[in-house]
Amino acid sequence: MSKTIIVNFLRFIVLVFIQVFLLKNIDLYNLSTPYFYILFILLLPFEVPNVLLFILAFILGLTIDAFYDTPGLHAAACVVLAFVRILFISITVQKDGFDNEPEPTLSIMGVRWFLTYAVVLTFVHHFFLINLEAFSLSQIEFTISRILLSSLFTVFLILISGLLFFKRKERK
Amino acid sequence: MRNLLIFITKYNAFFLFVIFEVSALLIYIKYNSFQNASFINSSNQVTGGLYARISEFKSYLSLKDNNDALALENARLRNQLKSSLYADTLNKHRVVDTVYKQQYEYIVGRVINNSTNRANNYITINKGSKQGITKGIGVICSAGLVGKVVFVSDHFSVIQSLLHKDSQFSAMLATNKEIGYIQWSDEFNPHKGLLRDVSNNAVPKVGEKVVTSGYSLFPEGIPIGTISSLKTKGGGVSLNMDVALAVDFTKLQYVYVIVNKFAAEQTGLEAQQKKDE
Repeated sequence: MSKTIIVNFLRFIVLVFIQVFLLKNIDLYNLSTPYFYILFILLLPFEVPNVLLFILAFILGLTIDAFYDTPGLHAAACVVLAFVRILFISITVQKDGFDNEPEPTLSIMGVRWFLTYAVVLTFVHHFFLINLEAFSLSQIEFTISRILLSSLFTVFLILISGLLFFKRKERK
Repeated sequence: MRNLLIFITKYNAFFLFVIFEVSALLIYIKYNSFQNASFINSSNQVTGGLYARISEFKSYLSLKDNNDALALENARLRNQLKSSLYADTLNKHRVVDTVYKQQYEYIVGRVINNSTNRANNYITINKGSKQGITKGIGVICSAGLVGKVVFVSDHFSVIQSLLHKDSQFSAMLATNKEIGYIQWSDEFNPHKGLLRDVSNNAVPKVGEKVVTSGYSLFPEGIPIGTISSLKTKGGGVSLNMDVALAVDFTKLQYVYVIVNKFAAEQTGLEAQQKKDE
């Protein structure tokens, strides 16, 4: 239990640092910006209570906001992400047998499930975030292409990180 | 009552979602509409300090470019020195000049955080109210106009750059002094601006220089960019045109904050006029 807390705490700090000092400067053709920090919410254990999940998502969002100078923007998107995560997991994962599969990682859940999970959650988060930031329909093609290309970039990074920390422990 | 409790616990995810979402959106909207000085931005001690640390490392990577820019600027300033002008009179006497008083004071600041890829872009610099910076004053760099200060803390300040949906500065064409407004183009391109509401009498040409007008926060004649194309857009009463911005916002390293010494006097006077109307 305490190991889980420490791992997640370290993951929080590392992801925020990567996002703020590295990925914030990456911007392909003004269209594709990765928001890799959402991996923290994606990888929280299955057992985390809803209240804690929302609080963590809110804090993560506000932390990113503090560095991006956009109070509330990332927090709002992260809370939406947390809600979609609850829905997605309640639909696709059986509630029993959480003991041997504590975290929704690539190595535990398999490529197919994890890829769907990452794509759906990333897309919802980016859709909400970029629309809220632009807040107009006048540049709709531009906004949509930004959402799609940024999601692609983020999912790519999430998959790479999943493969990088791959532990062979397939679900039986 | 019991049923209500059961209902709420059964759908607790949804209710929690509503609570957190509403509070996040409240923060977002409040911040946006009033530009309140809030503690969640990069001018506070923690985030500002971290950014300053990282930017110190990063500044080594562009030392060469900065040296070139500074050398160019030095050369230009040296040309304006009295000593580099040729005096063709033999008798010189010194006059204590009371006609010119310093109106604009420049404070140099290093950019420690910058963005160009979002709909609203901000720049953080490492100078704050301790060095005499106040809210709402203009910022330039050696190449041209940058933006205006929106938040100030003791040691840092946040600048709303020209690349921001709400940024709008008074500008004019350099040759015939026709007034207009400069703002960011709709395409989120960090190298492109839009000059709006120039009167129909003007005959602008592609390649003509656009400079500040002196009506807003900046002294007259600070470069903004050059006209890149003359598309007329919207109503026919006034002209709009694309401007290629002179400042490369993606490589901004040092900026100058302009303190107008007569600003308080001017705004006080103008406020009085508004009261009378």
